[in-house]
Amino acid sequence: MRIPDTKENLWKNFDEVRADLKPKEVMEEVSRCLFCYDAPCTKACPTNINVPSFIKKIASGNMKGAAHVIMEANPMGATCARVCPTEELCEGACVLNDASLPIMIGDLQRHATNWAMKNHEPLFQPGKPNGKTVAIVGSGPAGLSAARELARYGFKVTVYEKKDKAGGLDTYGIVPFRLPQAISLWEVEQVESLGVAIHTNTEVGKDVQVETLMNDFDAVVLAVGMSDVPLLGIPGEDLDGVHDAIQFIEKVKDGHLTDRFIGKRAAVIGAGNTAIDAATCLKRLGAANVSMVYRRSEAEMTAYPFEYAFAKQDGIEFRWLTQPKSFIDDGLGHVARMECVRMKLGEIDASGRRRPEKVKNSEFYMDIDVVVKATGQVRYTSLIEAFGLENDHGIVKVNPETYQTSNPKVYAAGDVIFGNGSGEAMVVAAAEQGKKTARAIQEQMLSRI
Amino acid sequence: MADLSINFAGIKSMNPFWLASGPPTNSGYQVQRAFEAGWGGAVWKTLGDPIVNVTSRFSALHYNGQRVAGFNNIELITDRPLDVNLREIAETKKKFPKQVIIASLMVEPVQEKWHEIVKKVEDVGVDGLELNFGCPHGMAERGMGSASGQVPELVEKQTSWAKEAAETPVIVKLTPNITDITATAYAASQGGADAISLINTINSLMGIDLDTWNTIPNVAGKGTHGGYCGPAVKPIALSMVGECARQTDSNIPISGIGGIGTWRDAAEFMLMGATGLQVCTAAMHHGFRIVEDMIDGLNNYLDEKGLASVMDLVGRSVPKYRDWGDLDLNHRVVARINQDQCIHCNKCHIACEDGAHQCIEMYTDKNGKPALKVREEDCVGCNLCSIVCPVDGAIDMIEKPGEEPMTWNERQALLNTL
Repeated sequence: MRIPDTKENLWKNFDEVRADLKPKEVMEEVSRCLFCYDAPCTKACPTNINVPSFIKKIASGNMKGAAHVIMEANPMGATCARVCPTEELCEGACVLNDASLPIMIGDLQRHATNWAMKNHEPLFQPGKPNGKTVAIVGSGPAGLSAARELARYGFKVTVYEKKDKAGGLDTYGIVPFRLPQAISLWEVEQVESLGVAIHTNTEVGKDVQVETLMNDFDAVVLAVGMSDVPLLGIPGEDLDGVHDAIQFIEKVKDGHLTDRFIGKRAAVIGAGNTAIDAATCLKRLGAANVSMVYRRSEAEMTAYPFEYAFAKQDGIEFRWLTQPKSFIDDGLGHVARMECVRMKLGEIDASGRRRPEKVKNSEFYMDIDVVVKATGQVRYTSLIEAFGLENDHGIVKVNPETYQTSNPKVYAAGDVIFGNGSGEAMVVAAAEQGKKTARAIQEQMLSRI
Repeated sequence: MADLSINFAGIKSMNPFWLASGPPTNSGYQVQRAFEAGWGGAVWKTLGDPIVNVTSRFSALHYNGQRVAGFNNIELITDRPLDVNLREIAETKKKFPKQVIIASLMVEPVQEKWHEIVKKVEDVGVDGLELNFGCPHGMAERGMGSASGQVPELVEKQTSWAKEAAETPVIVKLTPNITDITATAYAASQGGADAISLINTINSLMGIDLDTWNTIPNVAGKGTHGGYCGPAVKPIALSMVGECARQTDSNIPISGIGGIGTWRDAAEFMLMGATGLQVCTAAMHHGFRIVEDMIDGLNNYLDEKGLASVMDLVGRSVPKYRDWGDLDLNHRVVARINQDQCIHCNKCHIACEDGAHQCIEMYTDKNGKPALKVREEDCVGCNLCSIVCPVDGAIDMIEKPGEEPMTWNERQALLNTL
């Protein structure tokens, strides 16, 4: 990364951080794969990609076959090649961890899906029409994955997306230097090419009524994910210069790069993966200093270790055990300072982590020009309520086998069902849930035929 | 430091490593570079009536990302005038009097032709002659090379013609493109050969280009079989060397050739009866510098084994190389998996399940971890699991007490007495 000084050279900082493997690297790596039987990498993949199979196909020069194996198991296979926490999944399970170094499975998956993107070979065909219709609300990984599978089963699928482009989190929520938007849009195209209709700029509950979906379709899949960052509920939150991380990343991802952060002092509130994304984006946009402010300590942070390492490499500073108390303006409506209070860790709380408690009389000020809040995401509770679905604070309850909600006609998958203790909020998990939802719909509809 | 010098059929060499006749010994420049690098000798690229070569000429078998597991060529003998070669041989011999130069020769099967060329090369001071009865491509279509080498009578006759004129030792280079190489080895010794060298290259077609459907290599869209060599041919060469070495009716010295690239290969060939060694493909792949570790490694190996001379290795494994009928039918080994070394790739399980005797079980141990176990009562000791296992030491083949040793031959003899 270079320090940008003009708007023109900001762009360079948003190129993918990790380069594609070179052809020789690919050949060396595929040759190293042992082609395990009952391979642990496959078992560790939430979508069960047959990893040894696709790696051997790369080795044999069967690139279409390799891409097919990946995309068959995971309709977001190109995205996941870039964003999966592979060291916690397939690569972490690689038997070579014990003998030498694990195979670079993510990079090989990227190589195979790059081939598919470049060669425009159709990998899948729609199924024979079965006369049934499904509406999918939300075009993120869970919704698209369900749509792809349903289309292959022969369903007529309509996807509703309130944003301008489909792809959800993959298109808008993952920083471009990890995942260029084009990758996500290619996956969208793959789904559309199976005859799936994707209505963008169409918000369910506003542009299309919930009743319409319930009446016009044989089944509905709710895959709306999560919304913006919740309000902190502290003074000064409405000042200029105080941003929502989800909206901030969305703008960057959509190509709206601005030079107004050049040389600025920024604070990111939170220490999850989104907070790291916001912090590293700010740095790439030229912020002179970026601090991550977290009320707990390093041990409790939810960001992946590799994300944390990446942030440190980018020169992000960390203010542990620090909570913002208010944002103070410069007299012109713009944030200029942040009042913070120091914290200490108390007893274990409901999240299984030690509860942060304020240290009395420990208030201090940080001079800042920019604040980005990344303290989680709020739920689309009112939409969920409009469907009349049982939920726990906006987390839709589903049957873990069938992904059916309290209304048997409505299924839900992805972040909309993600809550404490129900797995990891990963693209790959959402993709798998979408697949399973589609399979459940297929099985239940078939049993009715 | 052990003594690496050899006496090969009367030819004394500072070490057993000679370059085989081929592209690396095409010119004085190359041979002199090789001698500077440490090679003990070189067999000059085959001399004869000059020929015309084609392009392209070489191809290779790459395996799992490794270059040159096998190598193939359709190049013929020297395409340089004989007098140029002779001048360069003389010049090289003068510069490197201690190194061995052998002239490889190939002429039509006519007595005078052999007499003539033998005299010419001996006049420039070569240390020995190697009769090329092995080249499988091109020259064979003109009745030379392997076309001669496949007919024992022709081998014997031409050897005797060369011997009639020769004052230096005559080595006969044998083709492997024959059912029983000991037949031509015997013919060579009957013709008076002082030594044999083997193997020459094996008939081969490296591959087909899947886009053009041309052969690999191809010459303007057409191809022909070439001579196969390199690491992949070593087991074939070693077996043929062993077959010749264990013939009881002849103890003719052997120069081992075929896939030698390291001191380990060299030691194996010597243990199987080769006194001298020739190398080509490995030098073409990596350059003459490979001889440094061949010398150094062999030296350290001999020291480690407490052997004073490399000659002490020669033939030590030959008595162990026998007919199948001499093997003990009652000997028993079984596979045993070392759980602390196993990385759980399950290659042994699937290989045994599909390719052997279905006796490696996958199970979950008491700690809930995946594990593998050999059902020893069903294991036939075939080695397949230990071959496919990617981790050294994870699978051992353990000897089990068996009954009294008995070979097939002993068993048949015993049955005949009943």
